[in-house]
Amino acid sequence: MTVLHSAPRYAPFDGVLETLTAALGDRVISAREQHGEIVIHVVREAIVEVLRALRDTHEYQQLMDIAGADYPSRPERFEVVYCLLSLTRNHRLIVKVSTDEATPVPTATVLWPNAGWYEREVYDMYGVLFAGHPDLRRILTDYGFQGHPFRKDFPLTGYVELRYSEEDKRVVYEKVELAQDLRQFDFMSPWEGANYVLPGDEKASEGAKS
Amino acid sequence: MSLSLEQSPTTGDEVISNYTINFGPQHPAAHGVLRMVMELDGEIVERVDPHVGLLHRGTEKLIEHKTYLQALPYFDRLDYCSPLAMEHSYVLAIEKLLNLEVPLRAQYLRVLFAELTRICNHMLNLGSHVMDVGAMTPNLWLFEIREDCLNFFERASGARMHAAWFRPGGVHQDVPLKLLTDIADWLDTRLPQLFEDAMSLVVDNRIFKQRNVDIAIVSRDDAVAWGFSGPMIRGSGIPWDLRKSQPYDVYHAMDFEVPVGTRGDCYDRFMVRVEEVRQSARIMKQCLAEMPEGPVASSDRKVVPPKRGEMKQSMEALIHHFKLYTEGFHVPAGEVYVATESPKGEFGVYLVSDGSNKPYRCKIRPTAFSHLQAMDFMTKGHMLPDVTAIIGAIDVVFGECDR
Repeated sequence: MTVLHSAPRYAPFDGVLETLTAALGDRVISAREQHGEIVIHVVREAIVEVLRALRDTHEYQQLMDIAGADYPSRPERFEVVYCLLSLTRNHRLIVKVSTDEATPVPTATVLWPNAGWYEREVYDMYGVLFAGHPDLRRILTDYGFQGHPFRKDFPLTGYVELRYSEEDKRVVYEKVELAQDLRQFDFMSPWEGANYVLPGDEKASEGAKS
Repeated sequence: MSLSLEQSPTTGDEVISNYTINFGPQHPAAHGVLRMVMELDGEIVERVDPHVGLLHRGTEKLIEHKTYLQALPYFDRLDYCSPLAMEHSYVLAIEKLLNLEVPLRAQYLRVLFAELTRICNHMLNLGSHVMDVGAMTPNLWLFEIREDCLNFFERASGARMHAAWFRPGGVHQDVPLKLLTDIADWLDTRLPQLFEDAMSLVVDNRIFKQRNVDIAIVSRDDAVAWGFSGPMIRGSGIPWDLRKSQPYDVYHAMDFEVPVGTRGDCYDRFMVRVEEVRQSARIMKQCLAEMPEGPVASSDRKVVPPKRGEMKQSMEALIHHFKLYTEGFHVPAGEVYVATESPKGEFGVYLVSDGSNKPYRCKIRPTAFSHLQAMDFMTKGHMLPDVTAIIGAIDVVFGECDR
């Protein structure tokens, strides 16, 4: 595919994917190059070895970000995504592992000190546990917050809201009450595969059968 | 600053325990809502534990519930000191997923305004850094320049700060010719005058140097390991600039220098930013000289809405307008990580699309997160007043840090 966009241009990826998959061997679950990004999905238990190999032998010196993502339909619903940057080879790389609520991911703080806050954020937002993290506290949410707000089953409005109470002379937490339901529009076109029965169409499928 | 004493100091032979000081959350030198729990031994900082998240608004979650275009204004509100630079990463991420071509004039306009944003941001940072270490006047002079920048934003987009002017496929609307000539005049006259005047008060100032030179030295290796970017990594002597190494839009055609520091202290970071302002002005002059005529947004009607005049003539344009502002455009499934050189460092967007009209996941990589995390190791062994200089040199804005 010809590149038309003007997003950041790295050094070309020629052969990088093959080299990395060969070097990482059976620790790779899947690897692909798509939209100009190399994405490598690796075995969860081997993530520290993989990242160490990438940092020390393949020159991906910087850990720029760790992102969490939630896919509730999968058996292992969470993804932890490591965005690496090579200053010398001028490349970027996305490495990811998947996990669920209970299984911890080995921590990357042994390799990069700045993984600490990124992992705390993923823990805070998704409840993913990191084994060996020295200080796995919440980071962005309020002191004493409960739940993991970026999970797909956590409502956008949250469960509690706070206000200053003139009677109590302090901030109080209360259950969220909305005057109007939060509006979520369904943009799926009925001509393009909406998989529910439209109002008035209830008998259409029965008629087709008989 | 509230001060609590764990154990009273005595004059006898008893050991005096450390002070614990609560710096912030509301402190003028914290550049926002930063709470730092500091352990002090006398006036020497032993340990710092920054508490962030007091400005957490759940932007990433909100973006998941908006269409791609509706999510754009949230980016202005991340780093509210350099709004257009935040939008830049986001629109480039969408364009990368769509593989959408952006007309040349739009690319030039984006680079022009991204650099204007950089000047605008550095004016705030340099000024407040100087004020944090005790000087008042330069800040006021630099705010004059910042005011000019905001006026230019207003003339281009209608909004002084939250511009929402970069759009997927280009920019929202073209700028009048008078604005470009005014920017050119400003670059030749007002900016150098005010800026160099203000800097002449600071850069060789004895007091300013005493407060910044040799404060929080970060070696090259540390800067790489802690994930530093932008002026922080350049201050440590690594010539790494995404505009040079991974050029986006028309940065590959721009001729500019990347300043680097030699010692990796707060003074170097400050001076890197000072030089960046001059280089930004240089890039802007090139943009103004070379900017071609032409459309300012992609001609792909499935992404870029038609103009009002066209809608009055064409039924198809009307339909496109309606569809794009209700349903929005669909983005092919996939994931990208796009990072640009924002004034504060590498600002990245990890965007996951599931093929629908809303982002499935949009992780924002704030610059401040990795820099602020290094506060503990940078402040260790320094005096309490140095902490404000170090925060000033990090250039932290909490809208972006806490998201």
